[in-house]
Amino acid sequence: MIVAEPKPISEVAELVRDSNHLLIVGCGECVTVCQVGGEKEVEVLASALRIMWKKDGRKGTIDTQTIVRQCEPEYVAELAKKVKEADCVLSLGCGVGVQFIAEAYPDKWVVPGLNTSFGGGTVQAGVWEERCGFCGDCILHLTGGICPIIRCSKSILNGPCGGSQDGHCELDKDIPCAWQLIYDRLKGLGRLDLLDAVQPPKDWTASRDGGPRKFVKEEAMIE
Amino acid sequence: MTAADAAQAAAAAGAGGQGDGAAGATSGGPRGGGCRTSSRLERVLREGHFAVTCEIGPPQSSKSEGILKHASVLKDYSDGQNLTDNQTAIVRLCSLAAAVHVIRAGGEPIMQMTARDRNRIAIQSDILGAASLGVRNILCLAGDHQTFGNHPGARNVHDIDSLQMVQMVRAMRDEKKFQCGDQIKSHEPRMFVGAAANPFGDPFEFRVRRLAKKIAAGAEFIQTQCIFDMDRFEKWMRMVRDEGLDEKVFILAGITPVKSDKALKYIRTVPGMKVPDELIKRMEGAADKKAEGVNIAVEMIQRLKEMKGVHGVHIMAIAWESIVPEIVERAGLYPRPEVEVEEPAEAEVAVG
Repeated sequence: MIVAEPKPISEVAELVRDSNHLLIVGCGECVTVCQVGGEKEVEVLASALRIMWKKDGRKGTIDTQTIVRQCEPEYVAELAKKVKEADCVLSLGCGVGVQFIAEAYPDKWVVPGLNTSFGGGTVQAGVWEERCGFCGDCILHLTGGICPIIRCSKSILNGPCGGSQDGHCELDKDIPCAWQLIYDRLKGLGRLDLLDAVQPPKDWTASRDGGPRKFVKEEAMIE
Repeated sequence: MTAADAAQAAAAAGAGGQGDGAAGATSGGPRGGGCRTSSRLERVLREGHFAVTCEIGPPQSSKSEGILKHASVLKDYSDGQNLTDNQTAIVRLCSLAAAVHVIRAGGEPIMQMTARDRNRIAIQSDILGAASLGVRNILCLAGDHQTFGNHPGARNVHDIDSLQMVQMVRAMRDEKKFQCGDQIKSHEPRMFVGAAANPFGDPFEFRVRRLAKKIAAGAEFIQTQCIFDMDRFEKWMRMVRDEGLDEKVFILAGITPVKSDKALKYIRTVPGMKVPDELIKRMEGAADKKAEGVNIAVEMIQRLKEMKGVHGVHIMAIAWESIVPEIVERAGLYPRPEVEVEEPAEAEVAVG
């Protein structure tokens, strides 16, 4: 899933400083799971902002709505009525959600309430960790199911570098060395031979910096 | 599969899709055989001399005097002088320009190049530029992470890794090909290609296997991380010899003289470094710590000279370049051998 983190409330308050009719929009997908942009978080943020505004003597209104998914136009369309009444939309969706709302409502000011962080999963209650860098050319079959592109701090394809010690990355003792993990797992599986081939330079054309990537599945298209 | 087999297999498999894998297949025994470049360091090593390389850290300014001063002395006490590439991710005068200053001073530069700050386009471009200015040696590195330096907010590149860089530089030279496969129509850059190895990193048992991969990729000389734990280094060298890798690559053992026990204690905290307690105790007990630091470095070199498969030493006197001549002399490595180097056939820009 997409994992995001809340922007500090002071920053959010600044982003909506000029609004008198604010709409805060939640999303029922990833950000609900990582507990930063679901219905509950939307209501908590609305209450906090209302208190701040009241303290500042402001007389604005703050409305809320949480939709199934901010990354699909048909759900974003459900916001039409409330968006019309608002002068600013604060999205608690990921960066995709913010942009889909902005695209759907060209005359409306839309701001992000979250910092979209990474593609990851839940490692324990309340802790989410990155697993995928969306490079567009998966090589997990070569590395025992552990991604060196995103989990190695230098994205080394022929690791480990000289900084790996006692299982840690040179950056921090709290960061496991991805290549130690790869080595241990392949050793356990009896597949260390996979590490003997020199991996060639990666073709990054499937990754970022070629404009927005697009995936088309023709059989899913509706005329 | 042993590491040596791995090296062969990787080379036979095309060394990762680079042409026909010639780079890996021709890594070539260290001794004997003709030189492939006009590197003086390569000549010294192929003639069987115990080589000495050292390190010059470029300044955090555009002042070249320090580099020129150090190079004019060190050229007589070493066979090659490494120019670090923004080491510890602190902005410094670039290694290419520093290498040219070394040539001006009559030295033999080993240009360090990291994958941290440049993509494959910039690296190849810099290599062409360096070769056009007379640089004949390169050390391919991953590079320290940017968060250790003075621009922690910088974005790193890591388009290719150090092993892939080795492969690329070899293919530029031996196959006259850019990384993309395009031909270099003339004046291909002819570099003597080096890589680093850290016998103190983990997983230890994979370190030798990875060295075999670096050789398969085309590394011709190896400069190791600085050694303080000589026992572990000896153990690593035994594994290297068991795999026959010392017959395939020149190994220069890293030595760093230190001025105090405080320095050793700091080094101990650096990831990928090991410093034994006895060494710290010895330094703590020394009346003249600087002199003791030199004694330790000299003793270590004496041991390395006797160690089978070690082809030289790489002295990294960090911010203490002036001590190198004393160490080299006391280790019995002065004067340095005089070798005849063939000049490149095609006229190239002479500097200075």
